[in-house]
Amino acid sequence: MASLTDKALAGDPRAVARLISMAENRDEGLDSLMKELYLAPSAGKAWVVGVTGSPGAGKSTLTDKLIEQLRAKGERVGVLAVDPSSPYTGGAILADRLRMQRHTDDSGVFIRSLAARGSLGGLSRGTREGVLILDACGFDVIIIETVGVGQSEIDIMRVADSVCVVLVPGLGDDVQAMKAGIMEIADLFVVNKADKQGADRLVNEVRAVLEFLQNKDWVPTIDRTVAETGDGVPSLVENLERHREYAKARGRERERARMRARIEDIIVDRLSLQASKLLEAKEAEILPAVMDRKLDPYSAADMILAE
Amino acid sequence: MPDKKIRIVVAKPGLDGHDRGAKVIARALRDAGMEVIYTGLRQTPEQIVTTAIQEDADGIGISILSGAHEFYFRRIIELLKEKNASDVIVFGGGVIPEQDVPALLKMGAGAIFGPGTSTVTAVDWIKKAVSEKDAVKA
Repeated sequence: MASLTDKALAGDPRAVARLISMAENRDEGLDSLMKELYLAPSAGKAWVVGVTGSPGAGKSTLTDKLIEQLRAKGERVGVLAVDPSSPYTGGAILADRLRMQRHTDDSGVFIRSLAARGSLGGLSRGTREGVLILDACGFDVIIIETVGVGQSEIDIMRVADSVCVVLVPGLGDDVQAMKAGIMEIADLFVVNKADKQGADRLVNEVRAVLEFLQNKDWVPTIDRTVAETGDGVPSLVENLERHREYAKARGRERERARMRARIEDIIVDRLSLQASKLLEAKEAEILPAVMDRKLDPYSAADMILAE
Repeated sequence: MPDKKIRIVVAKPGLDGHDRGAKVIARALRDAGMEVIYTGLRQTPEQIVTTAIQEDADGIGISILSGAHEFYFRRIIELLKEKNASDVIVFGGGVIPEQDVPALLKMGAGAIFGPGTSTVTAVDWIKKAVSEKDAVKA
């Protein structure tokens, strides 16, 4: 019987989907499958595009239009769309693909919804592995649509080659555009719903922020779009393609930073798993003392780590 | 530390535009801790089955008010078989006359929840059906 990774590499959508679930669920045996995929000859070729911005900015509708344009160029497109999980029940309504359903009949498109499952950076636990899986399984472009984010959910820059920040008019004044965080990670700005009042002002505000960056070797572009009708999307795709070339040219530098972050994430993941095990083993013994203020939490941590 | 969530595709095949029932069940499953992939109105059986496969769903819940339930259930169950995915459970609700239910169950539908069913009944049934399915696989 062919292994799950063999089936996925051969293009079986069920196997691809199953691997992504294993990554989401942190299944045992995941690491060895990921090792296999990372070293597969087909891996490491995909272009990863991030689409981020506030809830309701039009990320899903824009992604739908991006898929259309990229398919017309013959690219195989994978999409990972992240939506929030309930902090109370862990449940989720994943509805990003609602706007992309017309591509479901196209075997050159694979769309997967991911629930954030407690992650706070705009991505979900399985997103990074999801990228590796789709990449190894032959998708040329992988679009990651983040959770609708606020101001500082910037994990996407550690995963994507090209980051689009989607803004819409009417959400704040020009000081918002000067703030740190999400405004700094854009390779491309998209002013969506550009037919709405305030779009010109928003474009000017973003442009004013970018003036400080003129000496950089890539100055973020600004595109006005109406994702609903597709207006402005072809120009956005042109700028994306330019950024793809740019990113490729100075790829190793960014790749180095990214791989370092990746290794760090894996180490932190494993240590945190170990930490919860240690804590679990000692908690009955130590916790009451801390609650009765006979022991401080810092010494408690020292005691647990000394084990 | 595997941490599996039940994933259900909620779909609304056919041409009528009433998705209130689908939204109510989606909300109830969410509140029961499940991950619900909501696909919206006017889905073809092909789209529904492809969605369930890409999303690695445990089940498909379909809401039908148009009277075409027999066609949609048959086609969806057929397509799941064709794509080697007949372990995906299929259930439904909406306006389905009681006398049609036995035929749908015989076809392979897991359960039909008629009007007035409490969402708790549906949630409990799904949890049980998914755990039985996973036990077979393991």
